[in-house]
Amino acid sequence: MSAPGGQGGAGGSRPALEVAQAVRAGEVSARDVLEQALEQIAGRDGELRCFNAVTATAARAAAEAVDGRVARGEDPGPLAGVPVALKDNLCTRTAPTTCSSRILEGWVPPYDATVVTRLAAAGAVVVGKTNMDEFAMGSSTEHSAFGPTRNPWDLTRVPGGSSGGSAAAVAAGLVPVALGSDTGGSIRQPAALCGVVGVKPTYGVVSRFGLVAFASSLDQVGPLAATVEDAAAVLEVVGGHDELDSTSLPLPAPRLREVLAEGVGGMRVGVLSDMLADASPGCAAAVRAAAEALTAAGARVEEVSVPELLHGLSAYYVVAPAEASSNLARYDGVRYGLRVEGEDVETMNARTRAAGFGPEVKRRIMLGTYALSAGYYEAYYGRAQKVRAVVAEAFARAYLGAEVLLAPTSPSVAFPLGEKTADPLEMYLADLYTIPSNLAGHPAMSVPFALGEGGLPVGVQVLAPALGEREMFRVGAVLEAAADPKARAPLAAGARA
Amino acid sequence: MRLSAAEVAHVGRLARLELSEEELDCFAGQLSAILEHVETMGRLDVSGVAPLSHPAELRNVLRADEPRPCLAREDVLAAAPAAEDGRFAVPRVLGEEP
Repeated sequence: MSAPGGQGGAGGSRPALEVAQAVRAGEVSARDVLEQALEQIAGRDGELRCFNAVTATAARAAAEAVDGRVARGEDPGPLAGVPVALKDNLCTRTAPTTCSSRILEGWVPPYDATVVTRLAAAGAVVVGKTNMDEFAMGSSTEHSAFGPTRNPWDLTRVPGGSSGGSAAAVAAGLVPVALGSDTGGSIRQPAALCGVVGVKPTYGVVSRFGLVAFASSLDQVGPLAATVEDAAAVLEVVGGHDELDSTSLPLPAPRLREVLAEGVGGMRVGVLSDMLADASPGCAAAVRAAAEALTAAGARVEEVSVPELLHGLSAYYVVAPAEASSNLARYDGVRYGLRVEGEDVETMNARTRAAGFGPEVKRRIMLGTYALSAGYYEAYYGRAQKVRAVVAEAFARAYLGAEVLLAPTSPSVAFPLGEKTADPLEMYLADLYTIPSNLAGHPAMSVPFALGEGGLPVGVQVLAPALGEREMFRVGAVLEAAADPKARAPLAAGARA
Repeated sequence: MRLSAAEVAHVGRLARLELSEEELDCFAGQLSAILEHVETMGRLDVSGVAPLSHPAELRNVLRADEPRPCLAREDVLAAAPAAEDGRFAVPRVLGEEP
């Protein structure tokens, strides 16, 4: 298996910050960068299916505006001319926002998500909306109403999910960076399966305004990128307080690029031993090798057992469906999206939802409705909230002895298309190691580190306590430098081969 | 917990989802299997634990009560499946007028 992606020099296979530097210096125009990216997308996306929509017209206008600012000597922003892809659950006035669902097919939001506004203000150029599991419910992008995305490393395998289109687009070198959302691992797991960097920030660091809600106490927007530095740069742009999101923390965006060269000398790192037990040999070996690399870089690494974290999965599959069943009540055929007529309002609602939602979304709505229904609330939702508290307390104890924790991102490398679609529970287990950070509201990132089973990429997960992004990124930078370059997409195949 | 097709149908009504016979059978099996897994939570001792509903510790987040522009009515109604006289239109809720 060889790393996917285009040859050096094309728009997507150069790091975002190199592109921005060249555009800012007037060495290349944003318009030319964009045309290269659009060409790459036109050439590859027929087989990969990363994009639900390519927004060429709006992108050309945005790129020309950036070039105009450069020509006038104005600051075009830190991401000037950088092509970015957006997961299709981020609202955009310039393109439909479908969540890969029939129920929202063709809906064009009347406003932009805050992250979209901030990317534009930083000079980034949105090239399109990426495929995902319907309403972000899934771990393979196979639950898209528009068909699955394929993994650029092996077209017979899934890219992971639910941000699979964003991960595959970065992995294939179609764009250098993309945004995803992570409710239970939906940025980190596809990043791991596609050999790219994926970051779930601390809950509240990135605005959720304009992110279509799945599970509001867990959802967080974050970057996918080919390099740790690019991921840091994007998070610096999209992060920080937003008065339009009442759960947004009243803090500026974390300053991350300035710490990337600091190293990990003296840092205490805990390796979550319980998460190595059931991971594939390749995934467990990658974490052990990463631990050795951190030791060699001066960190004090110890194995720690925090078995409570693995109970997070059960709590998650009550809490997330419960919140989803409430959030998705809004798709009732009245205000937007699909309507299937019925003789009365209730029949119209039920028929609309039957026709508009796919099987996994229906399953989660049913599960959540059941868990919240009279007679079962305390046994399921009440208990899940207590398990959630236990997970948070277990993390707090672990972080008394460590600044960051290390674990596999995914229990396995990318699996074949169709392998887990028949058994929902089997698919849910793909999120076993990523869910605890969402329950606690903590940041975590996946860094491509090694090749595992079948020569497919393996991501190592770095977990940190709330607002521990700076320490997390320091570790991420050291891991990136120590990683097998063949495990990274797409730069290993391009300019840096 | 083993769910019957009748219980699944009841939950479907609560969730405003019209389900086919096939879906009722399929969900009865799948939801039962998921709930069985979820019940492994029972093995963890949570006595005396305060429930955690949300990770953020923010309280009473309010903005200044100042008028500001909001979305234009026509933009919002343009996305609706049916609109009439500046309102969302739905099937008749009340009985026929005399």
